[in-house]
Amino acid sequence: MDKKFNKALKKIAMPELEPDVRNKNFEEVSLGYTVEMAINEAERCLNCKHKPCVNGCPVNVRIPEFIEKIVSKEFEEAYSIIKTTNTLPAICGRVCPQETQCESKCVRGIKGEPVAIGRLERFVADYHLNNNSKKTEKPHSNGIKVAVVGAGPAGLSCAGDLAVLGYDVTVFEAFHSAGGVLVYGIPQFRLPKEIVEKEVSALKELGVKIETNMVIGKILSVDELFEQGFKACFIGSGAGLPRFMGIDGEGLVGVFSANEYLTRTNLMKAYNNKYDTPIMHSSAVAVVGGGNVAMDAARCAKRLGAEKVYVIYRRTFDEMPARKEEVHHAIDEGIIFKCLSNPVRILGDKDGRVKAVECIEMELGEQDSSGRRFPYEKKNSEFLIEVQSVIMAIGTSPNPLIRNTTMGIETNKKGCFVVDDYMQTTKDGVFAGGDAVTGAATVILAMGAGKKAAKGIDEYLQLKK
Amino acid sequence: MYKITRKEYLNPTVILMDIHAPLIARKAKAGQFVILRVDEFGERMPLTIADFDKERGTVTIIYQIVGNTTKLLSTLNIGDEIMDFAGPLGNASELDGVKHACVVGGGVGCAIAYPVAKQLHKNGAKVDVIAGFRSKDIIILENEFKNVADNLYITTDDGSYGEKALVTDRLRALIEQGRSYDLVIAIGPLPMMKFVSLTTKAYGIKTTVSLNPIMIDGTGMCGGCRVSVGGETKFACVDGPEFDGHLVDFDELMKRNAAYRGVEHERGENCRMYRSL
Repeated sequence: MDKKFNKALKKIAMPELEPDVRNKNFEEVSLGYTVEMAINEAERCLNCKHKPCVNGCPVNVRIPEFIEKIVSKEFEEAYSIIKTTNTLPAICGRVCPQETQCESKCVRGIKGEPVAIGRLERFVADYHLNNNSKKTEKPHSNGIKVAVVGAGPAGLSCAGDLAVLGYDVTVFEAFHSAGGVLVYGIPQFRLPKEIVEKEVSALKELGVKIETNMVIGKILSVDELFEQGFKACFIGSGAGLPRFMGIDGEGLVGVFSANEYLTRTNLMKAYNNKYDTPIMHSSAVAVVGGGNVAMDAARCAKRLGAEKVYVIYRRTFDEMPARKEEVHHAIDEGIIFKCLSNPVRILGDKDGRVKAVECIEMELGEQDSSGRRFPYEKKNSEFLIEVQSVIMAIGTSPNPLIRNTTMGIETNKKGCFVVDDYMQTTKDGVFAGGDAVTGAATVILAMGAGKKAAKGIDEYLQLKK
Repeated sequence: MYKITRKEYLNPTVILMDIHAPLIARKAKAGQFVILRVDEFGERMPLTIADFDKERGTVTIIYQIVGNTTKLLSTLNIGDEIMDFAGPLGNASELDGVKHACVVGGGVGCAIAYPVAKQLHKNGAKVDVIAGFRSKDIIILENEFKNVADNLYITTDDGSYGEKALVTDRLRALIEQGRSYDLVIAIGPLPMMKFVSLTTKAYGIKTTVSLNPIMIDGTGMCGGCRVSVGGETKFACVDGPEFDGHLVDFDELMKRNAAYRGVEHERGENCRMYRSL
């Protein structure tokens, strides 16, 4: 049978909510492909011999294979293929920066737009979540207990893979809900929490136990976990420690770390009247930073009623590390970008509340160690922006709690755990992965690390037997 | 889910509850706190651990009914469950080597002063306790303090019980009388802790205060509880909650604690203060 090939140069458009409507609510912006759209887009794939897309993916998802199954309308088979390398496809399909990963390598991208691999992955995952009624079979247990610290993407993937291998896994989560950045960081309009809940439920069906309100390092130390009979431990405690600039006025009412702003909004659902946690509703907000977190904070601020939301970034627009798709969504939603600018101090009123942020223009100089041109202040170019809130989204680093309460575990200068090729730390039986090892990065890298660590733990435990 | 095993009104607006949380009870130390959430729609709220019983597996919290969460909590009874209860958070009080201490509690802050006094007493230190209240009707924990204090001084603003004085007056009088304290611990409303610290600064006596900034996560990931101590930014949830009273910027903290005043709304009601300054 001759396979239909769609030679269209552009991706099938993703249905989205109108910018002026969606910037006032928290509904998911991207609505997802219909079956017809998915098949049409899948037919754009050449199924080329070299499959450069696979190498572009941090976990080497078998992309052309799953796309082929979409063309033949075998959506569950497509799902199974994705699942062999990607534990959380409904999540990755939504939040991965495909444009710098798989799609950046796609051959169709040479003359036109690459195949919309991310949208197709999301379609397959959503189809499965909505149509699959088969209960997952609980694997036969081998009775060996493994502890996982942190129910974020790294911890959840590690737990899932270990459970499939028969291990008795308990995940200890500090917060009252599982998900980590998936629930406190990434907003509802990018990643509906119902999706995360479904993925967590699937893990529970595999036999994974999740204990919330367990701050390891406080209620129990890592060493005590071993005393309790766990034979190995994976640490996926993330990089949740927020960074502040250290400028005057950061203690004023209305200055937030992006973590606080997003946790109130996303985890504690402050945008919804039914929930008690308050969030400051300001008519003008400044977000400092240029990454995905800054975009998320800015777009939340807009939805919470701000008339003016500024993103202040010290380098050029093109150098912003945020996903281009999210930057465009932000622009469409009316976010104002002030690039080559940096805050100097924050000004407050007599009640100690923010009234303005003083910024300075920046210029780019020589390349620094990261290969980017270093920004430095342009003399006498200060300017004021009148705002009532300032959100610092300038990066995070690993929380020091675990390293401060665990004997024999080494971290580097940035506070990240040092691991070998099997993801084992310097402490016997303790493995680590995700942001706790790399510093703040992406969901898919964390997930890949969790999978790699599960393999490492399995080998470690099998050898010990 | 964490069951309430005891509930007692210490005064018309202050309630004591024992919560069944064996793992926390096992690890808890004086000075530490828990973060609780009453139900799915509730806020995360910090409360100091007022006492703990390792054998029974319970943690005691004492709170005053002031807003939504404490109001909601007060409607629960023995046998009911709190949805989330995480701890022990924060650092334990540093009491090693203290031989003679004065623990100063203000109002419901006495609930937090009590475990510290108790631990000092256990350590064999000489403990003076000054407990200040607005009036007789709201005095709490008098008997508990009697059990751990070498000297207990109760003061009331209106003179309806004990001495009519501010706690700072009583403290100053004791120091002037010759009491040589290695440590003064002040726990109560921010102005009270500020003025106790100012009082002891003149005498150069080491003073520790327990701060109560607004908190969300309690584990150091959001910085909402940040306070300025000696010009440096510290997170009360992981660096505190106790700090050197002579270095704390109380004025800044008082302003930060007022951030959501007037914004709290009844459940389901539309947010009245849709702030646009």
